[in-house]
Amino acid sequence: MAVTDAGSVGGQIRDWAYRTCGYTGLKVDTQAQALIKVNAVAAVVFLLLGGLMGLAVALTRWPAVHLLPAEWFYLVLTGHGANVLLFWIIFFEIAVLYFASAILLNSRLATPKLGWLAFILMVVGALMANYAVLRGDSSVMFTSYPPMQASHWFYLSLILFAVGALIGVGVFFGTLVIARAERTYEGSIPLVTFGALTAAIIAVFTIASGAIILIPTWLWSIGLIANIDPLMYKVVWWGMGHSSQQINVSAHVAIWYMIAALVVGAKPLSEKVSRTAFLMYILFLQLASAHHLLAEPGLSAEWKIVNTSYMMYLAVMGSMIHGLTVPGSVEAAQRRNGYTKGAFEWLTKAPWGNPAFSGMFLSLVMFGFIGGISGVVLGTEQLNVLMHNTLYVPGHFHGTVVAGTTLAFMAATYLVLPLVFQREIVWPTMAKWQPYMFGIGAAGISLFMMGAGTLGVSRRHWDITLTDAAHAFEYPAAAYLMMGLNGIFAIMAAIGGAMYILVTVGTVLFGKKIDEAGTHKLTFPLHSGGPQAVSEYGSRGTLKLPGTIILVSIFFTAFVLYYFVNWKYLSDLWLFR
Amino acid sequence: MAVTPPEQRIWWNEPIHKTELGWIVIAFLWGLFMFFFMIAWHFIGEQNLSTETYRIQPAKYEAKVEAFAEQFKVAEENGVPVVRPPAGEDVFILGRLWEWWPILELKKDQSYRIHLSSVDWQHGFSLQPTNINIQVHPGYEHVITLTPTESGEFGIICNEFCGIGHHQMTGRIRVTE
Ligand code: HEM
Ligand SMILES: [Cu+2]
Ligand SMILES: [Cu+2]
Repeated sequence: MAVTDAGSVGGQIRDWAYRTCGYTGLKVDTQAQALIKVNAVAAVVFLLLGGLMGLAVALTRWPAVHLLPAEWFYLVLTGHGANVLLFWIIFFEIAVLYFASAILLNSRLATPKLGWLAFILMVVGALMANYAVLRGDSSVMFTSYPPMQASHWFYLSLILFAVGALIGVGVFFGTLVIARAERTYEGSIPLVTFGALTAAIIAVFTIASGAIILIPTWLWSIGLIANIDPLMYKVVWWGMGHSSQQINVSAHVAIWYMIAALVVGAKPLSEKVSRTAFLMYILFLQLASAHHLLAEPGLSAEWKIVNTSYMMYLAVMGSMIHGLTVPGSVEAAQRRNGYTKGAFEWLTKAPWGNPAFSGMFLSLVMFGFIGGISGVVLGTEQLNVLMHNTLYVPGHFHGTVVAGTTLAFMAATYLVLPLVFQREIVWPTMAKWQPYMFGIGAAGISLFMMGAGTLGVSRRHWDITLTDAAHAFEYPAAAYLMMGLNGIFAIMAAIGGAMYILVTVGTVLFGKKIDEAGTHKLTFPLHSGGPQAVSEYGSRGTLKLPGTIILVSIFFTAFVLYYFVNWKYLSDLWLFR
Repeated sequence: MAVTPPEQRIWWNEPIHKTELGWIVIAFLWGLFMFFFMIAWHFIGEQNLSTETYRIQPAKYEAKVEAFAEQFKVAEENGVPVVRPPAGEDVFILGRLWEWWPILELKKDQSYRIHLSSVDWQHGFSLQPTNINIQVHPGYEHVITLTPTESGEFGIICNEFCGIGHHQMTGRIRVTE
């Protein structure tokens, strides 16, 4: 039973109801809690829809199966991109923003009514987009490059969704202001909230770019504007498309820190370094559209080089820093928890059976090794010509946004269910295996799509046998093998996704209610070495992180080798200048 | 913890861990290296995408390609002209729903000024199996100086989604010794 109280702050401020969290003693705004719940549920629903579409796409691209007819393939692929990349991710991010502000800051949520308005607009937008796609006249892919034109419903739906998301971001900012004014916390905001703030700031820029390009495109689709320049569209569209990926990165890095803190009691090695690394995402998020436009005519080499790298890959540097500080803080915490043997006892004795932890760590490793390295290679001016628009591109971003972001969000769900939904997780064994199933599947589709792309296989392509093509062409046999393996791992990822949805939905509907009185099983951090563990430590010279040093050394070696391998491939091509 | 305000109120004065500092320096230098390597490749490398681009009306471009095909046509295959331009010549390729037109015959180790544009939607020029991938826009004429370094039959795939016939859109380049 929730302990409900009325806030005493007077005047125009709403009376707010809250319960006291049985785990943390934090006050939980019941309105914030309700909004987190509905946004998370909506996210999962669109993941289900989009995930099924992804499976159908992968099975169609498996030449031996070739599931869907061509028209359906392009339709479903458009739906897949929109439902997972936009709707699943952004609904979940709005929930993360509310959690990182109202809950972590112990505050009430600003203007919950606007929060509901945001939610409704986003739901309407998402449903309308699916309607537009299923009508069959909007199979333009979620990038919708002109002069190809979708139904006006399609552009309108995205605009509505974006306006809703923008309002949600505004509620987050408002909550930060209230929490500060009402002194609900001491000192600076927590690192996780800082990461969420980074994501929110980038979101404003992102949605502004989206508005600048989608509103004229919508007017074009209803005939009020005669022409949209295809190159200009891409430059602005990717101002939205790319920076929204930077939102995802900020959000999932914040979640890595959160899970590390709650599960093993990790504390950032240095607040300064971790916060600066987040700040780099904002400062250098760049005209980041550039690295989507490296194979485009009409843009100078100088513009491309400067805007992909801003003199030196500063946003990449931000991620590389988190790539050290997150495992580093886990190692430090685990050593404090008593796992001090050798370089890796902290890792081998980590709570691998806890899906929040295993999901977080797999997400961290795969985001770095698969998504991160391939992203830098793909974003190098000349190397891009090797893989522009091949399956390498979806391979890369399934490494970032599926193995990275999606898996991190799934992992976070295992903490959100008891904390916010106050339910005990049903089928814990399934939950325990879920991150492995999904993670390995996601890694597989990423790697095999990258492999097929390296062999030249086109993305968004229904028939690599080119049977009905104007001029026949045979892709090498290895490409077929890659597509088959991609299909097999897609099935694994889909099973992993289904397990996630079963556990989540099952828990929300049937999970045992956790009551406030304190018979619950969880104490935070979940895995610690007892009371001495909470004692302070920090950047004192005594702290050693040999395991993390070895891990990042392996990472760096892989990065450098793979980078030069690709220059070698490039130097074997026909000459062009 | 990362979910609570920093323990040290004045967290920005905390010393930075040596491991972190070392990694930051490495990441910084590696970033600088990668930046300079892109620039360096413009001088030492032989694969740099040209930026020579002109605005052009799609209909005008189509006319140019047709005139070019007419001038250097040597044969016809299934109604598509096979065009053999002399080395060094301007060569025109047209992307349209859903073919790359015309068929080209080039000589190995000779350079050609290849013009690329589309008359309708965006297309993706994907030369296989050598794996050179370039975006093609309507209204923009992109000129690339291309030198084949191997002989044989090469396919041009379309790798930008261009509607329901996207997977049928191909073209051909034949390179002779
Ligand atoms: C069961 C899990 C998934 C499978 C099997 C899967 C598979 C695929 C495949 C095979 C493609 C098509 C590549 C092509 O033909 O161009 C694709 C495209 C894509 N996927 Fe996934 N995917 C999954 C989950 C996700 C998730 C969770 C996200 C986002 C968070 C995502 C985002 C995308 C995007 C943005 C595209 C590009 C669509 C386009 O080219 O317009 N996928 N996926
Ligand atoms: Cu095409
Ligand atoms: Cu195409």
